[in-house]
Amino acid sequence: MSDDREIQLEAEKHGIFLTTMQRFYNWGRRSSIWPLSFGLACCAIEMMATGLARFDLARFGAEMFRASPRQADLMIVAGTVTKKMAPQVVRLYNQMPEPRYVISMGACATSGGPFRDGYNVLRGIDLLIPVDVYIPGCPPRPEALLHALMTLQKQIDAQRLNQVRWYGKREAKEYPVPTFGKHGLEIDGKLIDPVGGLPLVSPYTSPSQGETRSGMIEHPELVRHFPIMDETVERESPYKATGIAPEIAYNDLKRPAVEVNHAENERR
Amino acid sequence: MPKMSAAELKERLARDLPGVLMPTRTRTQTSSDSEALVDGGKAARPKRGEHAPVDLLATDDAVVYPERLQEVARYVRDVLGYELLSNITAVDYLADGVIEMVYHFFHLGGGPALVIKTRVPRDHPVVPSLTNEWPGANLQEREAFDLFGVVFTGHPNLTRIYMWDEFEGWPMRKDFPKQGDKYFGDSGE
Repeated sequence: MSDDREIQLEAEKHGIFLTTMQRFYNWGRRSSIWPLSFGLACCAIEMMATGLARFDLARFGAEMFRASPRQADLMIVAGTVTKKMAPQVVRLYNQMPEPRYVISMGACATSGGPFRDGYNVLRGIDLLIPVDVYIPGCPPRPEALLHALMTLQKQIDAQRLNQVRWYGKREAKEYPVPTFGKHGLEIDGKLIDPVGGLPLVSPYTSPSQGETRSGMIEHPELVRHFPIMDETVERESPYKATGIAPEIAYNDLKRPAVEVNHAENERR
Repeated sequence: MPKMSAAELKERLARDLPGVLMPTRTRTQTSSDSEALVDGGKAARPKRGEHAPVDLLATDDAVVYPERLQEVARYVRDVLGYELLSNITAVDYLADGVIEMVYHFFHLGGGPALVIKTRVPRDHPVVPSLTNEWPGANLQEREAFDLFGVVFTGHPNLTRIYMWDEFEGWPMRKDFPKQGDKYFGDSGE
């Protein structure tokens, strides 16, 4: 690889541009990832900020938020996917032409986030559609979304034309749209994400791993651990542990104050 | 600016609509407690996050019988002039077996809200609907039905509003399972 890169650099000096079909295709796809104009909750506000002048998603060729899934390459699942919204998200994803990518933005879209124990939020969009890049955060900063986009571009660069699905004669993959059941979301009449429980199906793996169900289901008897439930934690009261939070201990919350010299500004 | 205290409201209800008020325990005892605290010094004061058992059903607001709610609401609107029904919500007192409906009325001339409460048994929560007088009550009553299972008689379209129609259960009730996997065995897996 490095070999032909040197040849190419040498050739470019003489006005000849050499590339491979694969690199050319990948370059084309990675340079204009058009996201679907689609937001679900507060993460969408950060997504909008990313698209605007200050953070400027246009630097990556991804500023064209398309209002139609038929014209979009990337679905940024920005926000809490409620169980009632989940079928629509899957349907939008099915309507996107391949190649298509998914960024799961924020804690809610990735795992249900703070609403995971609740009754109305899907416990991760990857239960229904495969996700390329996950972003942690609640909500993630625009920089995090930019980093996710760069990560996605790197993943696209690594794709091989003879292995991806959409250039062969293979059919586009349809993902089953969940339906509403008595106790939660169902696929083909089988409960997949019950209200008041854990998901009964495993998440999809990322496209580079084959877009299949990973087979890893969270065990229902798994006791989750919270520091306040730990018997070794010394408590001040039933709801408060002793001591202070590490951020405060390291004085991490304080930003340096900005001093403005008004007299100086006036003189100017 | 119109301003009517809960005590004044109760007094007028007792005078003009005899028999609408439900007998309730008042919260006056807790206020004398806090006075005793001020006198007694800081040693008796509970630590932050620790509370003595609270009587949840004790309230100073007017609690009316559910079957006479419409009558009271009309009285509040026509006689007292509190025309805006701003808020309808339900509270689940699991330990006491009571669901309490709370209604906030506002006067268009400003001032604080007038609170009317009504209590129904948890296993048979039936409250008359206010949609005839206030069409805006429609969605809020549907919300209380959806999340708490309160049935409003006379409501024109009492269906679920947040959850899907096929859903079973009342998710905002205190005994609704959280991570409890109540349905895990039912799924047929």
